[in-house]
Amino acid sequence: MTERDELHPLSRRVFLLASGALAIALTGCDRSELASNGATKPPLMPDQLDSFLAVGPDGMVTVFYGRIDGGQGLETSIAQMVAEELDVPFERVRMVMSDTARTVNMGGASGALGVSRSGMHLRSCAAEARKLLLEMAGDALGVPADSLSVTDGVIRTSGGDTTISYAQLIGGKHFDAKLTWNGEYGNDLVVSGKAKIKEPSQFKIIGTSPRRKDLPLKVFGRLDMVNDVRLPSMLHARMIRPKVAGAVPVGVDESSIADIPGARVVRIKDLLAVVAPKEWNAVRAAERLRVTWSESHPNFPGHDKLHDHIRSAPVIARRIETENGSVDEGLRNAARVIEGEYEFPTQSHASLGPACGIADVKNGEATVWTSTQKPHYARDGIADLLGLPPEKVRAIWMFGTGSYGRNDQGDATADAAVLSQHLGVPVRVQYMRHEGLAWDPKGTASVSRNRAGIDASGKVIAYENIGKAFSRLNTATNEGGAAHVLAGHLLGVPLEPEQSFNVPIASYTFDHKRIGWEVIAPLMERASPLRTTHLRDPYGPPILFGSESFIDEVAAATSTDPVEFRLRYLSHPRDREAVRAAAEKYGWDARPSPRNTQRNADVATGRGIAFRRHFETFIALVAEIRVTRSTGVIEPLRYVCAHDVGLIVNPETLRHVIDRQLVYGTSRTLFEEVRFDENMVTSVDWLTYPVLHMNSVPQSIEVHLIDRPESAPSGAGEMALGLVPAAIGNAVFDATGVRLRRVPFTPERVKAALA
Amino acid sequence: MAERFTLTVNGAAHAIEVDDPSMPLLYALRDELQFNNPRFGCGLGQCGACTVHLDGRAVRSCTVPVSAAANAKITTLAGLGTPETPHKLQTAWIEEQVSQCAYCINGWIMTAAALLEEKPKPSDEEIKTALSDLICRCGTHGAAFRAVKRVVES
Repeated sequence: MTERDELHPLSRRVFLLASGALAIALTGCDRSELASNGATKPPLMPDQLDSFLAVGPDGMVTVFYGRIDGGQGLETSIAQMVAEELDVPFERVRMVMSDTARTVNMGGASGALGVSRSGMHLRSCAAEARKLLLEMAGDALGVPADSLSVTDGVIRTSGGDTTISYAQLIGGKHFDAKLTWNGEYGNDLVVSGKAKIKEPSQFKIIGTSPRRKDLPLKVFGRLDMVNDVRLPSMLHARMIRPKVAGAVPVGVDESSIADIPGARVVRIKDLLAVVAPKEWNAVRAAERLRVTWSESHPNFPGHDKLHDHIRSAPVIARRIETENGSVDEGLRNAARVIEGEYEFPTQSHASLGPACGIADVKNGEATVWTSTQKPHYARDGIADLLGLPPEKVRAIWMFGTGSYGRNDQGDATADAAVLSQHLGVPVRVQYMRHEGLAWDPKGTASVSRNRAGIDASGKVIAYENIGKAFSRLNTATNEGGAAHVLAGHLLGVPLEPEQSFNVPIASYTFDHKRIGWEVIAPLMERASPLRTTHLRDPYGPPILFGSESFIDEVAAATSTDPVEFRLRYLSHPRDREAVRAAAEKYGWDARPSPRNTQRNADVATGRGIAFRRHFETFIALVAEIRVTRSTGVIEPLRYVCAHDVGLIVNPETLRHVIDRQLVYGTSRTLFEEVRFDENMVTSVDWLTYPVLHMNSVPQSIEVHLIDRPESAPSGAGEMALGLVPAAIGNAVFDATGVRLRRVPFTPERVKAALA
Repeated sequence: MAERFTLTVNGAAHAIEVDDPSMPLLYALRDELQFNNPRFGCGLGQCGACTVHLDGRAVRSCTVPVSAAANAKITTLAGLGTPETPHKLQTAWIEEQVSQCAYCINGWIMTAAALLEEKPKPSDEEIKTALSDLICRCGTHGAAFRAVKRVVES
C-alpha cells in the first residue's frame, strides 16, 4: 500500500451502506479474500495457511493477525516480519487485526507476546508461503524451485531472464495449504510451516525502522475508533451505577426523565440503564434519573487503611514459587537479619477514554464493535451472556483508547450486547468518566514482605520475598465468560474467581531463598468497583517495588554499591550485561548509598537502579531524581534504561515503546492511587485520581538497546515500567538516606517520610 | 423545545436542531454532525481529548455549550491540515512518531497549534505550560514536547 492509499479518506473508515448494513471499509483490502477463480476459502482454522495470509491480484499481502495493536506499533512490526520472510516490500503488507470472522484467536493483546509468539508464528507462515510460491513458480516455468530467487514479490530464474510475480501465481486465490498446529488457541496457539525462517544475516527488513502504519491516519484525524461506529436505529445508552457499592436498584422513577425526548429506562435484573436516540439526551437522563437503591454496607477499609487490612486478612491461597535451601536455617545462622515491607496501592487502568462498545443483536445473531484487547474472548463471553452459540457472535476489534490491561472495554461491550438483545435495536454504550475510574477492574494493592540474613562477612545467606495481595484473577484477564463482566455480575451469573498473585523472577543467586505469594479474599464478591485483574505489567510494579527496593536496602545495610551488589549475586550473562550497561551509560559512580554529603540539604539529588528479567527480556533502569524536603516533591531528572529483548524488529519503535512506558511508569509511581471510603471508590475524575502531567516528565530518557539478533525476540510492551517505582525509591534513598515504603510517592507522603 | 443552530465546521456550514441549547459542543460535533475528531474523555474539561478551535482558540468542546459556538469558526484536527497540506505540527508529530493510541491527540495538537498561532517562538517553559493541562495515558508527553520544539526551531 502506498502512503497515499494509507491516507485515503475512506481507508479504515466506518460507513453506512445505502442498505443500512454496516461495512468496515478497508480501501482495496477485501479483494484478496475473494478468490478470483471462485475457489472457496478454506475454513478459518489455525492449521490453514490461508487463515493467516493472502496475496491479492494487485500483489498486496494481507496478514490476518488475531491480536491487536493498542498503539505501540505491533501492526508495523508484524508487517515487517511477514514482509521479511515473504521477500516483499514492507509497504505492500497490510494487517487485519482481531475480527473474529476473519482472524483466528492468537490471544489478543496479552503479556507483550505480540512479536515473540504471534510474530514468530507469522514469520513461519510467511516463509511457508514463500516456499509454496517458489514451488508454483518452478512448476509454471519448468525449472527447479531451488534455482529461483525472489525480489519484491517477483520470482526470477537463475539467469534472471524470466520472471513471474506472486500476484500472477496466486493473486486472489488461496494456498489451500496445511500448517502444523498444536491444537491450542490464544497465547498457547503454535503454528508452523515446513519452510525454514531466515537467518539474521539475511535480514533486510527486520532490524530497520519503518514508521508506524497507523500514525498518519491518527495525526490527520482520519482514523475512526470504536467510539465512532453508528448504526441505523442505534440507541445511545448510559449505565446507572449505585453510589454505594453493592446496592441494587429497588425502585426507578421513570417520570424523572419523562421530559427528555426519547429517553427510556432499561432494567434487567440488577442491570440498570437509560437509552435515547440522541447521545446528549442519554447523558441527561442518566444524570436526572431518580433511583431507589437497596441498603448496602460494604465496610471497605478505605484506601488509607488498606494495607493494614491486607496484612491482617486471612490468606486464602498461597504458593511458594521458588524455594532453595532452607531459608529458616539461613536466617537462624545469620549474623544479622534485615526486614523490609513495601506497600503498593490499588491502581486503575484509568484509560483516557472511558470504555465504549456497540452491539447489534438480532435474529439469534450478534455483532459487536469493541476495543477490548481480547476480541475473541469477548465473543465467547458475549455468547455466554446472551445464550447464543459462539459462532453466532462476531466481535470486530477497532482502535480505541489505550487500555493497557484488562480494562473496562469488554464490560461496556457486554453491556451493549445485553441492552441490544433486550431492545432489539443496535445499542452504543459509552461509559462516563466516573465509571472509567470507579468501576473499571483494578490492579491490586499489595504488601511485599522481605527478609534477608547476612553472615559475618556481609554475604547474603538467606532471602525471602512474599507478596500479599488480592488476586490478580478475581476478574479474569479476558472477558471470555459472563462471570467476568460487570453485566454478568448484575444479571446474577455464578462467579468464577481464581486465586493468584505472582513473584519476581528469582535472578539473584542467594544460597537459601524463598519467593512466594499470598492472596486474600476480595473486599466484595459481586459487582465490586474494586474487583482486581491485570493492569499493565500485571503484578510487575507491586512486586518489583518490593523486591528491588529491598535489594537496595540490603546493599545499603552492607555498605555496598547498589550496582556492585546486584552484580555480585547475578549470574546470568544477560542479567549482568543489562545492569552493567545501564550503569555504564549513566556514568555510575560506584559508592554505597546514601550520598552522605547532602543529609541536611533541602534539595537533594540521588540516583537509583532497579533490575528485572521477565520472560527473556532483561532490563535495568537508572533513575536520577531531585527531591525537595520542604515540599516533598520528587522531580525525575534523567532515566537511563538498558534493554535486552533479544532480536529487535524495529529499533526506533522499540525505543518509543520504552520511552513512553517509562513516562507512564512515572505516573504510577508518583501519582496514582485509587481512593475509596467505606462505601465506594471516591476516585471519579482526574482530580481525585491524579496522574502525571507534563511538568513531572523526566527531563531526559535515554534508551540503550542491547541487540541480540541470534536470540529469539521477547516482549517489550510493558516490562520496563515495572522498574520505575523501585528505581525512584532507591534514588530518593540515595539522596536523603530515607527509604520510601509506599507508592505513590506523593508530596505529602514524601514530606512526612523525610521529616 | 428544539432550537436550531448553524455551526461552521472546517469551513462548511451545518444546520442542526438540538433539544437542549446547553448541550456541549462536543455532542453537536460528534452525534449530530459526525465530526469524530474531538473525543469524549471526561466531560469535565480536565483532559483535553475533545479540544477544537473556536475562532482559533483551543477550547474543550465538552464544556462549551453549543449555543456559544453558533457564530464561531470551528476547526477540528482534520480541518487543521491534510496529508497534502499538513500543518507543521502534524508533520512534526509523524517525524517524532509521537502518539500511541492517539485518543488524546486532539488535545495536544490543537492546543499546541493555538499556542504557535499566538506565539510562533515560545520558550520551553511556555510550551510546557501550554500543554500542562493535557492528559495522555500512553506517556507521550516528552515526545509531544519534542514535536512542538521541532516546529519552533524549524
